[in-house]
Amino acid sequence: MDIEYIGAFGIILGALARFWPVWTALAIILVLSLRFKKSLGLYGQLFDTGVGVAGVMICLFWLFTAIFAGTVAPFDPLAQFPVMKSILPGAIEPGSGQAFLFGGDRLARDVFSRMVYGSQIVLIIAPAATLFALMVGTTLGLPAGYYGGRVDSILSFLANLVLAFPVILLFYLLVTPGIRETPIPQWMAGFFFIFPIVFFSLLFYTRFRGRPELLAIQLALTLVIGGWVYAGLVFDADPLGIISISSNQLNIFVAVVFASSPGVFRIVRGLVMDIKTRDYVAAAQTRGENPWYIMLWEVLPNARGPLIVDVCLRIGYTTILLGTLGYFGLGLAPESPDWGTGIKESSRLLRASVHPALPPVFALMSFVLGLNLLADALREQSLKD
Amino acid sequence: MALTMLCLTLVVFFLVNLEPNLKKLAISQLDMRSSQEDLESWLQKNGYRQNFFVRYGQWLGVVQKQPNIDPQTGASVPRFAYCDEPAEARYSGILQGDFGCSTKFKVPVAKKLFPALGATGILMFWVMVVMVPVSLLIGVLAGMREGSRTDRTLSVASIATTATPEYVSGVIFAVIFASWLGWLNGSAATATREGISFYNFTLPVMTMAVYGIGYIARMTRASMVEVMTQQYIRTARLKGLGFGAVVVKHALRNALIAPFTVIMLQFPWLLTGVVIVEVMFRYQGFGFTLVEAASNNDIDLLLGCSLVSVFVVLSTQLISDVGYAYLNPRIRVQ
Repeated sequence: MDIEYIGAFGIILGALARFWPVWTALAIILVLSLRFKKSLGLYGQLFDTGVGVAGVMICLFWLFTAIFAGTVAPFDPLAQFPVMKSILPGAIEPGSGQAFLFGGDRLARDVFSRMVYGSQIVLIIAPAATLFALMVGTTLGLPAGYYGGRVDSILSFLANLVLAFPVILLFYLLVTPGIRETPIPQWMAGFFFIFPIVFFSLLFYTRFRGRPELLAIQLALTLVIGGWVYAGLVFDADPLGIISISSNQLNIFVAVVFASSPGVFRIVRGLVMDIKTRDYVAAAQTRGENPWYIMLWEVLPNARGPLIVDVCLRIGYTTILLGTLGYFGLGLAPESPDWGTGIKESSRLLRASVHPALPPVFALMSFVLGLNLLADALREQSLKD
Repeated sequence: MALTMLCLTLVVFFLVNLEPNLKKLAISQLDMRSSQEDLESWLQKNGYRQNFFVRYGQWLGVVQKQPNIDPQTGASVPRFAYCDEPAEARYSGILQGDFGCSTKFKVPVAKKLFPALGATGILMFWVMVVMVPVSLLIGVLAGMREGSRTDRTLSVASIATTATPEYVSGVIFAVIFASWLGWLNGSAATATREGISFYNFTLPVMTMAVYGIGYIARMTRASMVEVMTQQYIRTARLKGLGFGAVVVKHALRNALIAPFTVIMLQFPWLLTGVVIVEVMFRYQGFGFTLVEAASNNDIDLLLGCSLVSVFVVLSTQLISDVGYAYLNPRIRVQ
């Protein structure tokens, strides 16, 4: 049976057309943002520079691709069509009449659909792991920087210990099928995932201590939502069955949080040591405020600029880490459509066929580039103030 | 530093000695179909069932290693035929310079690890030779005139390279230079056997250098921009010195202090890069050894690898602190 091809022009047009929900959403966001630029604060200022617009647009492009993956991708990422094995880009699948826009891979799956679905995995794990690392790093970095002394030296020693580990070795030890048989990932998850709950409880407690009726509601909400997510993630025992995570994903998640929280810790600690010498901190101390109130409500809001920039860069770095994990075949399932696994599979067969390697490579590169551009634009804006 | 290394090796020792990992080791040493009892007796026989701290002490060299006695004959039999084992109890660990025995490559660890380190050293040397001058040049050119077109172009280019991890640029370069143009070899496996050449070594070096260039260039640019706004630069300009002379004579030296620290701290990053690049291009160096050791749970080899890498990380931190004080007279300790 002959397979028909659509030409290079057809491939480009077809790919652009498949992304129509993404383009629509991007256009809406762009028009709205430009219209209300003045009233959007820091976000609005990003649209002043070309770098900022490019950064925002690339990040949003992948965000919407992940959201609309079901509509954008023509095929299931795991479906195999034996006739399409290692086929060149633009071949039309006889069954459905849809084209394999970027060709088929070694196992006869659609490379385009895999790339689109891969964005879902990356855009869930990378930002979530970064936020958890931010919580852990902040909760430990605040007291270390504020109190100094023994608290600081112990916590700094531990952070340096983790930082002295080469990342790749850490992952080879922590993300293995063997370790999933032991309770270590669960312990680590239990340890790390308690931090957001502690953080928010402290946040509300220190602020609304004088108003018990408000505090009660907020604490109850924090504990219920936090406990619910905690039970789902750590014990896989969500009573409603909405939040669940497979053991290999939990393993990756925990390892990534573990590897990146010491970095956040160091940054927060440095910022706090700088900010605690300011007059408003001294004023709060004179008022006799609780130290945690000062840390969370006086120091932390003033450290937000560098922290936001760092989070942007760190999400990009986490994406690279996830790719590394995929590249070495650690953690993620071998048929998972994420970009790192895709690169691993195809880079071994570069001599035979080149096309399956390129889409995940450019996807990963453009997403990280978008985040770096965004961070650069944010940094320039915060320096202007 | 010694304390850090002690803690880290203890953690690694704990992780490689977890039950599933020991089982994996036993399976890889015997064969897939061995029964539970066979595996257990192999572990028992080779001393993997001794107390955890005793074994850590033995590895470290503060507890005596006991000879392996065959219960039937009473004679001492070496556990692994390819390594010399003590016939009588003696201290033989890291502190005495004995790295132990590689179960995967069937040689003493030292014999495998140090040639691999040498091979990686060659790779690192060429990466540094390419990376440092190029990135400093880009950084100085970009930072010379802040906000100019050169500056903006070079800045975006260096952001782009920091967004390109080794496994991405490696694939792109291999596609362009090996598959399409056919100029370079997409594998460095021949480098180990036949010595390195431009043909087989360019791609690994290029791949590793690209990721670091962007970062160092950005740091250099930032420090160059700062230096160019200083009073003494304005004075030099006002007394009639040409722009080139100001940059070369007055700005450059002061602008290079910060990048020095960054370059030193880049070594730990290069370590990850080494692993990726060596696996990708099949170059038999340290990274390749580490991956082999980790995927086969080769306990002694893996411990040796982690000791080396932790040592590299910590000593570069030390060198960067000392070097910083040397280059910057203001923070020198009196």
